[in-house]
Amino acid sequence: MRPLIEVRGLRKDYRRGGDVLHAVDGIDLALMPGESVGIIGESGAGKSTLARCITRLERPTNGSVFFQGTDVTGLSDRALRRFRREVQPVFQDPLAALNPRWTVRRLITEPLKIHGERGAERRVDEVLRDVGLAEELMARRPRDLSGGQRQRVAIARAIVLRPSVLVLDEPTASVDMSARRALLTLLKRLRSAHGLTYLYISHDIRTIEETCSRTIVMYRGRLAEEGPTTEVLDSPGHVYTQILMSSIPRIDNATARQGRLRARPASGQQLPDTGCLFAHRCPRALPECAADPPVVQVTPGHRAACVLAERTSGPQ
Amino acid sequence: MPGLEIDGLCISIGDHDVVHAVDLQVKPGTCVGLVGASGSGKSLTALASLGLLPRAARVTAGRILLGGDETVTPGRDRTAAVRGSGIAMIFQSPRAALNPVLRVGHQVARVLRRKGQHDDLKQRCIELLGAVGLLEPDKVARLYPHELSGGMCQRIMIAMGIAVEPQILIADEPTTALDVTVQADILDLLEDLRSRTGMGMLLISHDMSVVAERCESISVMWQGAIVEVGTSATVINSPRHPFTAELVRDLAHLPETGGLPAQSSSTRPADDPAREAGG
Repeated sequence: MRPLIEVRGLRKDYRRGGDVLHAVDGIDLALMPGESVGIIGESGAGKSTLARCITRLERPTNGSVFFQGTDVTGLSDRALRRFRREVQPVFQDPLAALNPRWTVRRLITEPLKIHGERGAERRVDEVLRDVGLAEELMARRPRDLSGGQRQRVAIARAIVLRPSVLVLDEPTASVDMSARRALLTLLKRLRSAHGLTYLYISHDIRTIEETCSRTIVMYRGRLAEEGPTTEVLDSPGHVYTQILMSSIPRIDNATARQGRLRARPASGQQLPDTGCLFAHRCPRALPECAADPPVVQVTPGHRAACVLAERTSGPQ
Repeated sequence: MPGLEIDGLCISIGDHDVVHAVDLQVKPGTCVGLVGASGSGKSLTALASLGLLPRAARVTAGRILLGGDETVTPGRDRTAAVRGSGIAMIFQSPRAALNPVLRVGHQVARVLRRKGQHDDLKQRCIELLGAVGLLEPDKVARLYPHELSGGMCQRIMIAMGIAVEPQILIADEPTTALDVTVQADILDLLEDLRSRTGMGMLLISHDMSVVAERCESISVMWQGAIVEVGTSATVINSPRHPFTAELVRDLAHLPETGGLPAQSSSTRPADDPAREAGG
């Protein structure tokens, strides 16, 4: 089966004064039709930049993004129209993403207008029902909606053109627990109802665990680990993933907590940019971590860029 | 009773009762969790304890005591004298809570000066920044908030919160904006400070897992009222209110890797050797 989206050697640099920041530093990934892939990693790991490059909101510095085999990296804005219909982003903060002066109706109708769709009225009603928004909210503006409702509007906008891929960048980060649960249920239902493919970015590992069959762990622009979600989270190969997992709050006591794996605090402003980028914070770093880490095949389909991957990934 | 005591607190905004008859106690050295959805009145309860309610809101009944002294009653607010020194608070968006145009060292020094401390301010600031786990605190003191990460900003907020050694620290969603690894570090730091200084802590969160992990007892707020109170183990293992049950159901999704299964909560002895094998 051909991947719906394929990313090859993607890099995105930003200039900061005289420095160059490698926000995304050589990422390869493939998104198969109907799949739900999660990306986790701390803030600054490059997750959102990667999402913005994949949706072509940013032009990558290097590397390519293919959609159904077509390289979309260099396409003109005009040629991108079909791609934009098919690959829709949903952002973290709907209040920032939605025009504050527009009503819900206008917000959801806009994509249809842009793409010259007919029968907009009916489609909007359909989508409203699909995302569980009541008819009477149509005349409201974003600030008169709850956080959960706003995000539903953003999702409605994203699916109104019947895309094949949603790139969801922390879609539940701005709402509380119960609204989050409702949004996750909605996203799951939409995916199975419309055969959508998801690229789901979150720093909330539990959300990823629930939503995604495959998970990618990023650290400072690079791939740290990738594989089936259960494998990556249950028997992580990379020390960084292990630390992520042991940082998740769980019900235990202070004694048990003291034995948990924690990163060493980052010191100074000068971060190393060769070898393993995590080594300076890694509690288990070895001298060989000064060299670029090998990509260890933990099991078929599960790889980790860590010297220690093999040794730590065995049965516990 | 020493510590913080909230007794039948009611808060109204206009004609709406937004907090009804809330009772809450935080004893020195303990950590009490306050959980609830957004809009349930958690933050208003906390803000009232510091006399920081928004203008539109007012206390209509009940009282708040700090160290046995009445600080808040309807129409009366004596929190100005204890704010900072008796009770302090840290917020969800540390970057928004810091002044963007002042160096962070300056902001920490302001807190000290406000409380009448004028000697060795610079040295004291650096000590405080070091105490909250910031490396190279002398350098950090000279930076502006925009030059710091979210986790560093929260550490600065904590340094300001503990600067005058309050009896009670209210932490309102202190880690919601942070990554999970940074969250763990910040919660570790708060726990460490609590055990070293003996201050009491009220940890407010909409995330039951954070509260369940760190607090001895939990109060659950729902639509302005406390609907459930108990030790963490009781609340987690046998929630009574449907809203609590819903929060606890979410906990069931906790991954069980490298740690303990969710159900083996604090009911088991701490030094169970079986645990060693799991890690």
